Amino acid sequence: MVEQVRNLLERRVESPQELESRRQSILAERDSSQTCISVCGGTACRASGAEAVVDAFIDTIERRELQVQVSLKETGCHGFCERGPLVVIEPKKVFYQRVQPEDVEEIIEETILGGRIVERLLYVDPTTDKTITYEPDVPFYQKQTRTIFGANGQIDPTNIEDYIAAGGYSALAKALFQMSPDKIIEEVKKSGLRGRGGGGFATGRKWQSCREAKGDVKYVICNADEGDPGAYQDRSLLEGNPHSVLEGMIIGAYAIGSRRGYIYVRNEYPLAVEHARIAIEQAMDYGLLGKNILGSGFDFTVTINKGGGAFVCGESSALMASLEGKVGEPKAKYVHMSEKGLWDNPSLLNNVKTWANVPLIINKGADWYAKIGTAGSKGTMIFSLVGNIVNTGLVEVPMGITLRDMIFDIGGGIPDGKKFKAVQTGGPSGGCIPEKYLDTPVDFDELTKLGSMMGSGGMIVMDEDTCMVDVARYFIEFLKGESCGKCTPCREGINRMSEILSNITQGKGKPEDLDTLQDLAGVLSAGALCALGQTAANPVLSTIRYFKDEYLAHINDKKCPAGVCRELIQFSIDADKCEGCLRCLRECPTGAISGQKRQAHTINQDMCIKCGACYDVCKFNAVLKR
Amino acid sequence: MAKVWINGETSVEVKHAEGVNAVHLTVDDKDIVVSGGQTILQAVERMPGIGNIPALCYHPAVKPYGACRICTVEVSEDGGSKFKFVAACLYPVKEGLIVKTQTEKIKKLRKGIIELLLARCPNVKRVQELAKEYGVEKPRFVLGDQDCILCGLCVRACQEIIGKSAISLVNRGIYKEVAAPFYAYELSGDCIGCGDCAFVCPTGAIEMGPDGKPVLPKVKIPYAEIEAMMKKETVPPS
Ligand SMILES: Cc1cc2nc3c(=O)[nH]c(=O)nc-3n(C[C@H](O)[C@H](O)[C@H](O)COP(=O)(O)O)c2cc1C
Ligand code: SF4
Ligand code: FES
Repeated sequence: MVEQVRNLLERRVESPQELESRRQSILAERDSSQTCISVCGGTACRASGAEAVVDAFIDTIERRELQVQVSLKETGCHGFCERGPLVVIEPKKVFYQRVQPEDVEEIIEETILGGRIVERLLYVDPTTDKTITYEPDVPFYQKQTRTIFGANGQIDPTNIEDYIAAGGYSALAKALFQMSPDKIIEEVKKSGLRGRGGGGFATGRKWQSCREAKGDVKYVICNADEGDPGAYQDRSLLEGNPHSVLEGMIIGAYAIGSRRGYIYVRNEYPLAVEHARIAIEQAMDYGLLGKNILGSGFDFTVTINKGGGAFVCGESSALMASLEGKVGEPKAKYVHMSEKGLWDNPSLLNNVKTWANVPLIINKGADWYAKIGTAGSKGTMIFSLVGNIVNTGLVEVPMGITLRDMIFDIGGGIPDGKKFKAVQTGGPSGGCIPEKYLDTPVDFDELTKLGSMMGSGGMIVMDEDTCMVDVARYFIEFLKGESCGKCTPCREGINRMSEILSNITQGKGKPEDLDTLQDLAGVLSAGALCALGQTAANPVLSTIRYFKDEYLAHINDKKCPAGVCRELIQFSIDADKCEGCLRCLRECPTGAISGQKRQAHTINQDMCIKCGACYDVCKFNAVLKR
Repeated sequence: MAKVWINGETSVEVKHAEGVNAVHLTVDDKDIVVSGGQTILQAVERMPGIGNIPALCYHPAVKPYGACRICTVEVSEDGGSKFKFVAACLYPVKEGLIVKTQTEKIKKLRKGIIELLLARCPNVKRVQELAKEYGVEKPRFVLGDQDCILCGLCVRACQEIIGKSAISLVNRGIYKEVAAPFYAYELSGDCIGCGDCAFVCPTGAIEMGPDGKPVLPKVKIPYAEIEAMMKKETVPPS
């Protein structure tokens, strides 16, 4: 007991000077030239077996008694999830990808002990066929600017000392001891930081109005609800570098005069919850949270609240209702949440990424920060690049990079030699942007001009085989399921849009449908209660704007040009190409294909259920899809 | 000195009265003075002849809720250069606010909302009346046959006035409905049979049953689905 208390007292950091000396002693204990095996432990890499790889390393290291020579570290998500599980050998940063437990023995034998490279585990750039040995040379990383996300691959998120060693909490020390709350807000304002949760609201202005709001009790909240399909950058940040988010929150709390914070995190993110929990505990132990932080006299605590399981719970007023234990339904925000939010007290809500930007701005200064990005959007943005793209993963780029650079240089372009068709940005209520705007610089305002938005940084790339009507239907279907149902435009309007789009994709579209869809879009944007409904029509409007031909083909000609909508396509066999191999005939689940060996086969259209099995198996491209 | 419109006809000049929180508004080009601390809808309701704001989910006896959106108006806080759409039942009156209740955009929006409500509830008289007033003929959508417009008045009356919360809005999106807690088929003992819900309902969707308890409206579109779901004991659709 006494021992425990002493340990605890020893761990507490009582002043900025002590923080710095602690950092120095952590660094001194560590030998930066020592070999360190770092395995990515992000959710995506875990899903492809990273934990087994870690276990195999532990086993092998222990068995061969290498504990003194090598250390092992499980880090947060590196971003190149496509190639997981990822292993990086420090200090040279040898980069192995798609590592399996069977490979571990060889890595230890060859690389760790022998100093040689295991060629077969290296990454080969599919565009250039070049083999890449070291992590920084991977083209996927080269074009990125990893100011927020960079530390993810380097630190063990469950060890606060890693974060401190990397200079962590020095921004907090600076804020508490060298800056007044007003100065902090001034700095955030000057940096031009805008909220990364979707709306792009000026962060400094929000902080100021919360500071000025009357009330003794104020709250600071981190929005980690992240309900957009395909987006996982908030999760990766909270999993991989939870202290950077906490540090931002503590600085924000000090700036507005709050003593209590919440992290509202999706219940489906167990690892993020766990890492945030550990981070809070360790920060409490180190005196960086709790009473008298760093000996400054400032008190602040953070509690984790697991989400209510609905996309709409990410909306600020619904989130706060859910935090209060009520149904997660939005309400009118004619008085801002920064004045009257959680339990009617002034509440400062920011996105995970927004918070993680704060320590950087405090440490490096607003001027440095404002140099990155475009006139209206400063800093970097983390996107989740998914869909029909070679390099799937999380990318951090300066605002203003073009869509083309993002998709073709970082993303490696479209796989299988297919053509690019559109990119959907901004989550379910974003829009689809066609090829002719690929050179648009990506920032809040430019994306909005194109009828899409930044949202939380989702980016879904679609190739030529994508049906844009079907895409619009998919997103509307998602939003229909996620509408809270409180207000008429959203509840009824989205449902009717979904009805119409389903009809169109089934060949039951009517010429007047496009007008009806536009009318419904007008009712939603002007009438809906919250931004879910107000922006819900974006996927429909943007696809009508850029791909009207496709709608017309479905409606007038009853054809799906991309060959996606089942009711509108027909499979047939090109008798000239068919070799009569019987392959499709055997594959067809309904027996719709008939024919003899070495004679052209035919498909009985009445029996065909359009599953496409024949199309997929034919080696001679003899099955036609029209 | 300000002009006050009474019954939309006469204008009287009044002096600022000491201690009265007077707020000056312009509603459909007429300047009015109202007391602060109320919503646009409340202010306009008390001035017959000024503005025209329909309301479905509003009732003076309970807190405003802002769900039907039929009361949407355009307001400008900067003297008329920028207008935005807001729900009049929730938006507080402010000094110098310009309110427009009958612009073409507003009429079009209300028409759209009414069309959606009429498609959901083609047999509800209150909705039919509004449809007539706003020139909505046949909705362009497949007609439903619900009686409930989900204004939530019954639920709020039960909670705020009676203090019982015997009924609630459950589920989300198009599946939302008025139901007993936990989707019970019968109302719990919390219901005292006061009939407030039936009284406040603007559509007549709630009737008092022979046992002295209200019979709640059924959501007819997805009811089978909900039932199937409950049998599987899963959570409502996501
Ligand atoms: C339907 C809906 C869902 C949202 N989901 C999220 C979310 O998952 N995460 C998030 O940070 N913001 C989300 N937002 C935006 C929040 O309402 C809010 O603007 C944001 O958290 C504020 O933080 P910021 O200023 O740092 O962007 C959502 C908004 C809407 C309308
Ligand atoms: S039952 Fe009546 S009062 Fe209750 S929500 Fe439905 S329409 Fe409104
Ligand atoms: S009366 Fe205002 S939203 Fe219903």
